[in-house]
Amino acid sequence: MTISIDPQNTNNESLQPKGWLRYFSFSLDHKVIGIQYLVCGFLFYLIGGTLASAIRIELASPMSDFMPRDVYNQVLTLHGTIMIFLWIVPVVNGAFGNYLIPFYVGARDMAFPRLNAVAFWLIPPSGLMLVASYFVEGAAQAGWTAYPPLSITTPQSGQIIWILSVLLLGGSSIFGGINFIATIIKLRRPGLKLMQLPMYCWAMLGTSLLVVLSTPVLAGTLILLSFDIIANTGFFNPVLGGNVVVYQHLFWFYSHPAVYIMVLPAFGLVSEILPVHARKPLFGYTTMVFSIMGIVVLGLVVWAHHMFTSGTPPWMRLFFTIATAFIAVPTGIKFFNWVATLWGGKISINSAMLFSCGFIINFVFGGITGVALAQVPFDIHVHDTYFVVAHFHYIVYGGTVFIIFSSIYHWFPKVTGKMLNEKLGILHFIITFIGFNLCFAPQHWLGLNGMPRRVAEYDPQFQFVNQISSLGALLMAISTIPFLINVFLSVRNGKNAGDNPWNALTPEWLTSSPPPVENWEGEAPLVEEPYGYGKEISEQK
Amino acid sequence: MLNKNFYLILIISLVFTISFWIGFNVNLLPAEASINAPIYDELFKILFIIGLIIFIGMTIAVIYSLFKFRKRNDQIGDGIALEGNLSLEIVWTIIPSIIVLLIGLYSYNIYDRMGGMKELNHNHEMMTSNTEKIWAGISQTSDNEIAINNLSIEVSAMQFAFLFNYPKGNFISGELHVPVDQKVSMKMESKDVIHAFWVPEFRIKQDIIPGQPTILNFTPTKVGKYPIICAELCGPYHGGMRASIIVEEESDYNEWFNKNKKPEVNL
Amino acid sequence: MTTLDSSKEIQKNNSEVNETHEDFRMFGLITFLIADGMTFAGFFAAYLTYKAVNPLPDGAIYELELPIPTLNTILLLVSSATFHKAGKALLKDKNSDSQKWLFFTAFLGIIFLICQLFEYFHLPFGLTDNLFASTFYALTGFHGLHVTLGTLMILIIAWQSRINGGRLTSQNMFPLEAVELYWHFVDGIWVVLFIILYLL
Ligand code: HEA
Ligand code: HEA
Ligand code: CUA
Ligand SMILES: [Cu+2]
Repeated sequence: MTISIDPQNTNNESLQPKGWLRYFSFSLDHKVIGIQYLVCGFLFYLIGGTLASAIRIELASPMSDFMPRDVYNQVLTLHGTIMIFLWIVPVVNGAFGNYLIPFYVGARDMAFPRLNAVAFWLIPPSGLMLVASYFVEGAAQAGWTAYPPLSITTPQSGQIIWILSVLLLGGSSIFGGINFIATIIKLRRPGLKLMQLPMYCWAMLGTSLLVVLSTPVLAGTLILLSFDIIANTGFFNPVLGGNVVVYQHLFWFYSHPAVYIMVLPAFGLVSEILPVHARKPLFGYTTMVFSIMGIVVLGLVVWAHHMFTSGTPPWMRLFFTIATAFIAVPTGIKFFNWVATLWGGKISINSAMLFSCGFIINFVFGGITGVALAQVPFDIHVHDTYFVVAHFHYIVYGGTVFIIFSSIYHWFPKVTGKMLNEKLGILHFIITFIGFNLCFAPQHWLGLNGMPRRVAEYDPQFQFVNQISSLGALLMAISTIPFLINVFLSVRNGKNAGDNPWNALTPEWLTSSPPPVENWEGEAPLVEEPYGYGKEISEQK
Repeated sequence: MLNKNFYLILIISLVFTISFWIGFNVNLLPAEASINAPIYDELFKILFIIGLIIFIGMTIAVIYSLFKFRKRNDQIGDGIALEGNLSLEIVWTIIPSIIVLLIGLYSYNIYDRMGGMKELNHNHEMMTSNTEKIWAGISQTSDNEIAINNLSIEVSAMQFAFLFNYPKGNFISGELHVPVDQKVSMKMESKDVIHAFWVPEFRIKQDIIPGQPTILNFTPTKVGKYPIICAELCGPYHGGMRASIIVEEESDYNEWFNKNKKPEVNL
Repeated sequence: MTTLDSSKEIQKNNSEVNETHEDFRMFGLITFLIADGMTFAGFFAAYLTYKAVNPLPDGAIYELELPIPTLNTILLLVSSATFHKAGKALLKDKNSDSQKWLFFTAFLGIIFLICQLFEYFHLPFGLTDNLFASTFYALTGFHGLHVTLGTLMILIIAWQSRINGGRLTSQNMFPLEAVELYWHFVDGIWVVLFIILYLL
């Protein structure tokens, strides 16, 4: 029995926001800010992807011939930093969080709209500053991890600009986190209980907790690092009696939770998408909530698995091995639950669904290599090799980026009122999936057989496999073309979507598409069962 | 019903067979040239097989659901309103927990066999007489053994080269020569930024951290020439920071050693 | 540009709608202070690690004199109490009392900062002398920045609590409460800092 709930109110033309100029303004509307985050993030994705293409071109031949070696280091540093701090984090948190959370809690806006706008407007200048640092004295070239003493001894202006812009981006993400926590906990519509919230809210609550607890530590660390560079102090400078491993501990205390900041929201988004297109309730809601919180807690105590070769004491390695591997348990629960959600459904195979299923497959692969990496003796051989590069691209690209695309296909009709073209969407999926696996699967072999990461030159025996990988990267670059064409064509003259093209039950669909500035004309609807597919309407309330 | 279970069991055993077959027959690792390597490869095989089983299993489950439960053109309406199943949840919490715990204990065992769990004496006396703090490392031997051992080598890493000092012979070499089947003990120090000492064929890697002298022990088992790779980003020429380790028969090694040996300079 | 204006209009209505919820600005502030506390936690962790594993070079001095920091501790604790008084007074609509207490609190904060600077100038080590010195200055300096900011905010709300035309009234206690919470937080951090840095 299909349930379709009529939107409470028909389109009131006068309330529809108009004009694309508002996207360039200091708007306080959470929907506008969400789109600002998304588009801004996507532009930086293109920049980061262009840098990635440069990396893959350089690596198509064993010699360092495409660019000078120090430029290569700048390119990979900027690639890592841009992709993480300007694409993944702002988009899965900022963009979707801003757009969806107020709908999900039944509010008209975020708790602190002004702070929200400030958080967004910190991003473009710091991103541009980062990119521009290349043209000054050369950008930072110590990797996105910026380990001292290298980061102290390389050209200083680039490193300082890098620190400054990461600090600003960190600040933006803390402001965002505070806003999300306050919105989810305090701004819920009367009558809406925590355990009735759509799963994305829980994911964002967990993520924001991680943001609030760990990002400040990164900020503090980078401030100390900048003292080392500017004021000649010796916190991390062994020549002056400092301790470089302390930096690594502090850095990873943030940057390990950061990987969950990059993926937990994606877990939330996929939990929204799968039930809609499989026409089944989300399987195991309560366990999903607990596993998110489990990941949050465990995620805070596993950071030293990035430092197994850094001379940490043996007991510490043992503890961090076990703790890290245990993250597989709550994560596994989520994956099994998603498969169970698909099981027995009436699945529409469309672009959103395909990208979500691609996500499941890729992430399980990346997660399993992660669990292997967590084993100290295993990691000792492959640490800082292409095996690690392959591991995290399987997760950040195969996982999070796949979900970003899936979400764009899913929520595009909500935002624009137009449908995306399915044929182009499926083409996009196929090229991306093949290109992605072609690019990153062979890198596992490279790492195991002796190719370290962050090198512009390598042994000739690795050339063939590297070329396969570069070919895959080329396919990934090409795959953006059908996507962009699709978006442009559909925005201009896509099929009209109506208010609720997927017949979804989550609250954002219970208003017109695109939504009015106030989200709902009347009172926000009370959705007690956001996943009540397959139930009689009477049960649905 | 019986039919259904039959297929399930068939598929599961197929997944296991395929995974075991791949695990035992596909070699993804380079040659084994130290006593650490076979231990490492044993762990790798186990992890590879478990990983394959989980990955293939999940992939089949996803693709199967996409085909089996896809919405046919004539179908309308929703799937069943199934919201959860407690016993299933418990099963898929407990089984991964057990797997993960077993893997953890097993890799602890492996690590111990590699010598990683040896407490290194913090006021460790190396060839030189002054005591200094040793921060970390992998060691298969107790400290005393190292002191007696002839093969104590001091490694210094700098942008962008390794230098190997043979204190017993009073000379410095750019290549690391060691005799086969003997314990080698290295004390590693960095002159500038972090580097790492990695020999893929030995399956060992250790960061060389400035200000923190580190011990690394290994026993080569196969004659040959292997690359020493710097695995930690250390500057523009990081990719070119290579050296070779030459494992040779004891007689060849002694010949090389005696050729390079310099007399003690007495001041 | 009309669209922009109208959306602002609606925004206003929105915040009025939000006003019906209980005040969540305090909640946001607490979250922020937790984050801020984590920055300090990172510094403390670094300091304690250095102390545990990095021996200082011979001859490095890290004897700290106690009188000034003890005085400073007392100053901050008293200022917490006086701030509380200001809140009490405002609640009873005694705006001018409240303002006096606020100015007094700000005065204590300024004295704290002066004492701190005095200590800096009389310490036998400078910022880059050794690891201990650098960490000492980083911790106390970062805290001092917090005190400076807090003092400025106190002066602002003291100005706002003036009797005629002031925005701070018993109906609008939020600015005062927020700054008060922040001030107590800064005091709390100081107490931890005092124990870890001077007493341990
Ligand atoms: C979104 C990002 C993201 C995510 C989610 C993860 C998730 C995980 N990561 Fe990864 N990781 C990175 C991003 C990420 N990682 C990055 C960027 C780096 C490199 C940083 C750098 O150096 O530049 C890195 C590096 C990295 C290392 C260090 C490697 C090294 O440098 O030597 C390790 C080691 O333990 C690790 C482990 C893990 C583990 C155990 C998980 C787990 O959370 C995975 C859990 C998931 C599963 C296991 C799959 C699903 C589960 C099941 C189907 C259940 C059954 C499974 C079992 C019983 C095994 N990661
Ligand atoms: C977090 C997200 C993320 C994402 C999405 C990606 C995406 C990609 N990454 Fe990246 N990567 C990192 C995070 C990410 N990476 C990090 C953190 C590092 C570590 C850095 C470090 O060591 O410090 C790294 C390092 C890294 C390396 C290792 C470099 C080295 O160690 O020497 C490589 C090599 O192959 C690589 C490749 C790629 C490729 C081919 C893609 C592709 O998926 C990209 C696909 C996208 C495109 C190709 C864009 C398409 C568009 C165009 C080409 C545009 C045309 C331009 C205009 C119209 C303006 N990445
Ligand atoms: Cu030395 Cu890389
Ligand atoms: Cu990690």
